[in-house]
Order: sequence, then C-alpha cells, then structure tokens
Amino acid sequence: MKVRAQIGMVLNLDKCIGCHTCSITCKNVWTSRDGVEYAWFNNVETKPGIGYPKDWENQKRWNGGWTRTKSGKLQPKQGAKWRILANIFGNPDLPEIDDFYEPYDFDYDHLKSAPEMEAFPTARPRSRISGLRMEKIEWGPNWEEILGGEFEKRSKDYNFEGIQKAIYGEYENTFMMYLPRLCEHCLNPTCVASCPSGAIYKREEDGIVLIDQEKCRGWRMCVSGCPYKKIYYNWESGKSEKCTFCYPRIESGLPTVCSETCVGRIRYLGVMLYDADKIQEAASAAGEQDLYDAQLGLFLDPNDPQVQAAARKEGVPQDWIDAAKKSPVWKMAMDWKIAFPLHPEYRTLPMVWYIPPLSPIQNAAEAGKIGLDREMPDVKSLRIPVRYLANMLTAGDEAPVVAALEKMLAMRGYMRAKTVDGVIDLGIAKRVGLDPQDIEDMYELMAIADYENRFVVPTAHREDFEDAYDLRGGCGFTDGNGCSSGSSGGKLFGSRKAVNARRTV
Amino acid sequence: MHEFLFGTYPYIALSVLVLGSIARYERDPFTWKSSSSQLLRRRQLIMGSILFHVGVLIIFAGHLFGLLIPIEVFDALGVGHGLKQVMAAVGGGIAGVIALIGGVMLAHRRLTDPRVRARSTPADTGIILILILQLILGLATVPISFQHLDGAEMAKLMAWANGIFTLDSQAASYIEGANIVFKAHIALGLTIFVLFPFTRLVHMLSFPVRYLWRPGYQIVRTRKQSQIKGQEV
Repeated sequence: MKVRAQIGMVLNLDKCIGCHTCSITCKNVWTSRDGVEYAWFNNVETKPGIGYPKDWENQKRWNGGWTRTKSGKLQPKQGAKWRILANIFGNPDLPEIDDFYEPYDFDYDHLKSAPEMEAFPTARPRSRISGLRMEKIEWGPNWEEILGGEFEKRSKDYNFEGIQKAIYGEYENTFMMYLPRLCEHCLNPTCVASCPSGAIYKREEDGIVLIDQEKCRGWRMCVSGCPYKKIYYNWESGKSEKCTFCYPRIESGLPTVCSETCVGRIRYLGVMLYDADKIQEAASAAGEQDLYDAQLGLFLDPNDPQVQAAARKEGVPQDWIDAAKKSPVWKMAMDWKIAFPLHPEYRTLPMVWYIPPLSPIQNAAEAGKIGLDREMPDVKSLRIPVRYLANMLTAGDEAPVVAALEKMLAMRGYMRAKTVDGVIDLGIAKRVGLDPQDIEDMYELMAIADYENRFVVPTAHREDFEDAYDLRGGCGFTDGNGCSSGSSGGKLFGSRKAVNARRTV
Repeated sequence: MHEFLFGTYPYIALSVLVLGSIARYERDPFTWKSSSSQLLRRRQLIMGSILFHVGVLIIFAGHLFGLLIPIEVFDALGVGHGLKQVMAAVGGGIAGVIALIGGVMLAHRRLTDPRVRARSTPADTGIILILILQLILGLATVPISFQHLDGAEMAKLMAWANGIFTLDSQAASYIEGANIVFKAHIALGLTIFVLFPFTRLVHMLSFPVRYLWRPGYQIVRTRKQSQIKGQEV
C-alpha cells in the first residue's frame, strides 16, 4: 500500500445556478492574457449541448483518454508512444481554435470616437488573433447557454447515447442542467502520459497536475490526450497551459478561486487518501461500468488506524490525515455515494466529482398525487433522464445514479417532514438505507453548506521543501527565470508582433 | 573572401550555433519551443509539416553521414566515389523535392493565412523562406553533379567538411574550384547555423526521443527534501 493524498473536489450540480461566477473569477485570475483569451480553465456548460470545445465528450472523434488493449494494458487512445512521436509534425487529433471559438473583442473606442452620424455608433467585433473585422460571430464561449441554438445541433450531445432523444426536443419534455468543468487532476492523467517532453507532472503531496512551462516544448500532444479538453495551447507563448487548481491558494489552505467565489456554494474541497500502487489496476478494469467501483476501491478510509499508520510512513503529514477524516469529498463519494466521477469510461480516474441534479417531476398531475401521500417520487419520472446522467457520471450504469437521486429526495422529504410538519419520518430514511443522523449530516453539508464544512484544506508543509532563508526578498510566483519576467523582452529570441487593431470601423 | 567564407566563417557559425544554443537553453528555457501554429489553422499544416520535416530529416542525415564520414571509410567499404555521388544526388534530390513541396505549403500558409500571418514573427517568416532558398540551392546542385559522375567534386566537398572538423588550415582551398552553386549552398548553410539559436529551429534539439524509453507513462514530482527531486514513477 502506497498512500498518497490529494485535494479532491465535489460539485453539487443540484445547486448550480449557472451564474458563471466561477468561470469569470478564474479567467480574471489566470487567463486574461494574450494567447489564452479562448481558454477557460473553468467553464460552465448548459447540458444537453455539445459543449466546449465542440463535441469534446466524443472520443471517437477526438481520441482523448485511454484505451484498453486486447492484452488488458492501457495506452493513450491517440496511440502508444511511438505513434504519438510519429504524429509530432502534425497532430491529427488536435482541435482547431474554431472548435473552441475564435477570440474576439469589440471596437469600444468607436463608441466615443465616432463622428456625428445618422446612425447610432456600434462596437463591432474584431478577431483577437488576426486583428481583422469579424462580420459574423458564429460560435463563442458558452454559445449554448440555457439551451441556446436548435435542439437538432445540441442533441449531438454524447450523453444521449442509448436514449430516444427526439422527444426531448419538444417544448413540454425539454430539460436542462449546468455542468461546470475544470481540470480533473486525474489519478491516471492522459495528458501527463502523452507529453513527450515529460513537462507535465502530478504533485505527490497534493495531487495537483501542473505543466512545467520551461520544459514544455509545445508538441501539443497533451491537448489531444486529455479527454476533457482541459489543456489549452497558448498560441502566444507556444506552450500548453491548464487549470492549476489555484495551487498557491491551496498551499496556503485556501479554496480555489472558483470554489471560493461560487455563489451557489456548490463546491467542496477535501483530502482523499488513495493507494497509488493500485492505480494501474483500477484504470485497467475490464468493463467501462466497472471503472466507477474500481476508483472507489482506490480510496483509503482515513479513520482506519492501519491506513493512518501507512500514510504516516509514506510521509503524509498528520494534519493532512486529520483533514482527510473531515473531508467532505470522502463523505459524499464514499459514505453516502452521492458524488460521481465525470466520464469514468475515459479511464483517467478523475478527482473532480459531481452530485447529479434533481429535476422537476415530468407529469404535474403525478406530482400532485405524490405530494399528497408524501411518498418518494420515482426518480425515473424526473425530467432529466437518469440514463443521461448515468452516461455522464457512471459510464451508463443507472443503479448508482438512481440510488444517489433517491437519497437526495429522501433528504428533502425527511427535512420537509421535520421542519414543516414537525414529524420525524424514519421510514423515508430507512427506505434509502440511511439513518436519520446521516440525513441530518447530508443536510448540514449540502443544504447549509458552511464555508468551513465545504473547504477542509490543510496547508502545504513548505518547511519540508523550501528554505525560508533562501526565499528572503524573493519574487513569489513568476512565469519563467526566477525574478526575471521570463521573457527576454523578445528582442533576441523572437518577439511577437503586436497586432494593432486598426481604428477604422 | 573565399578563405573567409569557407575557412573562417565555418568556425564563427559553429561557435554561434553551439554557444548561442547553450546560452538560450540556460538563460531562457521558456522561449525554447516548436512554436506550432496548428491550433490557429489546421489547413495545409499537417500535410505541409509532415512533408517538410520528413524531407529535411532525410537530407540532414544524408549530409551528416555523407559529409562527415571520411572518404577513406567509403573506400574501405568498397563504395566507389561515383556510386556514392549518384546515391547522394538521387536520395538527396528526392528528399529535397519532398521537403520543398512541404516548405512551400508551409510558407504559403504562413504568408497568406490571416491568422498565421498576424501571429508570425519576422524570424518565423524569414527562416522558412531561407530554408526554402537553401532547398532550392541544394536541388540546383543535383544537375550540376550529374555533369561529372566520377565523384571527384564530391570528394573535394567531403575533404573540406572533414578539414573543418579536423582543424585543417588548408580546408578552404579544397573547394576553391567548386561550382558557385555549391559555394552558395555552403555559405547559406553556415548562415542558417548562425541564425539557429535565435529562431524556432532550436526545437529540433529537443526532439523527444527519450519519451520512447521513459519508464511507464506517469510522472510524479515531489518537493520533499528527503526524496530525489523530480523523481519519476
């Protein structure tokens, strides 16, 4: 047993209101620079929809993630090492920027500088890449917001696999949900495996996956390797970039920016202990639907004294073990089994998990009836098809998703009975295999969701790897050569020509 | 002038190549990259880039072995000068045409695609044009070498290249009588060496062959002092 710790995340989709505060605060902090305008380390998609970049979930098209060979071994779906090297001159699986969207800005200046005209002046769009006028914007960030665009196009959504989807195009049967996405900081990341330079790595102490900007040579195999398409090639710097899990904040015991600013309080951060020796075996599970259980099997119970001893032996600090005991991620993923990995079938063992959303009962009359005898409604009658959620979270296995949704409905029923009717309804709790204390705990964590319960982040032990004496007068987090800006002013080794937006409109 | 171009300039060029590359790698590793523009425009890139790189790599290997292996080795192996010259001219000619087609596709894309053009540095555009010119010069030597098939001319060039690397002060004199096309090709080649550290060409030094024997797929780094830094698992 080789115990390692990782800060995992859970997103409670039942409470996501799709406000994009996470995306905006993330962008302001990390990607408000040339070359990554198009990149959203965190984005929120409206589902059903093809997402960002287009059709990202369809690995038949993009060849992201892993594939299990006939001999039971894993190799990146885009090819074994020799194949990846052979594609280095032209990567056939790399999306074009239009699959994300061409970044653009508006000629705001024209609004105040325009001469007196008959028509009101407008700010027209201009490409941030070429500086040229864009007459018509045909795709952009979050283009499918709140079911924007025809159902015909959105229904290409990969999660409709095995569903008679035509009826969901009808107004009466339509459904939607939000899916905030960020890097999954996987236990078995394909980006790391695909990087020929060895520039991407997973940090042993907290599991964060980072790209060494000085080692990255821009071979761009990680972009196609990642099935979640959460690695972005910076076309300005020629290097790949990704979500850093706000590691400077995490190291200080603070939640990531997206988590901190989430107004719906849907995000949870906590330590998960796992057995690194079993990663290969778990990721190589034979069936796609076995992967969720296989990943559960990797996590180690922080309350088990044997695990604690093994963790200490591997150098996991005591406060991390203590934090793991209070981890909201553990509670949701392991105790209550209401959180699930996103697309476990990619075999990356992702560490950002999701609680599936409840949705209104389809038939209003039924809903009334159900309300009367205070029975639990059948989750199959929820507006969002269970199969759709299962395709997203458990490789199509509906049973775990049904169980999770029932627990959430039970929590609502139980708490409604308690607070509105003043009745403790033990039957509801029993039916979903929980005791009343579990339900109270779930309510505390999911509905009340206090800051200190949501974010249980132990600080990094910098004393183990940094000499404070050397850091005196240091320059903090930089992008390159120590205290230098990392760019040679571009004069000697090639500067970028600034694209000057022409002022004419 | 001849003495300078083919006796002194090679040493200047090689020094800039080696020292400049080391300086850049040490001083500014962040700028060391392939500068791919595939994300911005896929059109013409995949085909153009594959043709260009495959052609150039064959040519590079041909020059490396053809010029630097002493002629005596070929004699000992029983490869006649004439045969070697024909092999070099035919092999190099085919690879040169492949690389030229790819290079023209890439240059056309770089100059005409609005996105790629807007995001190209003068160095990016300049180096592809220089490489194309060098390919044309190289291909122009092929018909010339077919005018005399005895391999003597080629032997002179090999003697020059060997002379440079063995610090032979007479090296320049070996190619005094060579055709102007050969001389131009060599002079431009040396100039490319000079430009090498200052352009994206450095990415060829980073061709990640080590990837093939990197143990396993995953990389885990630890910062704990007690363990080896950058340990790979």
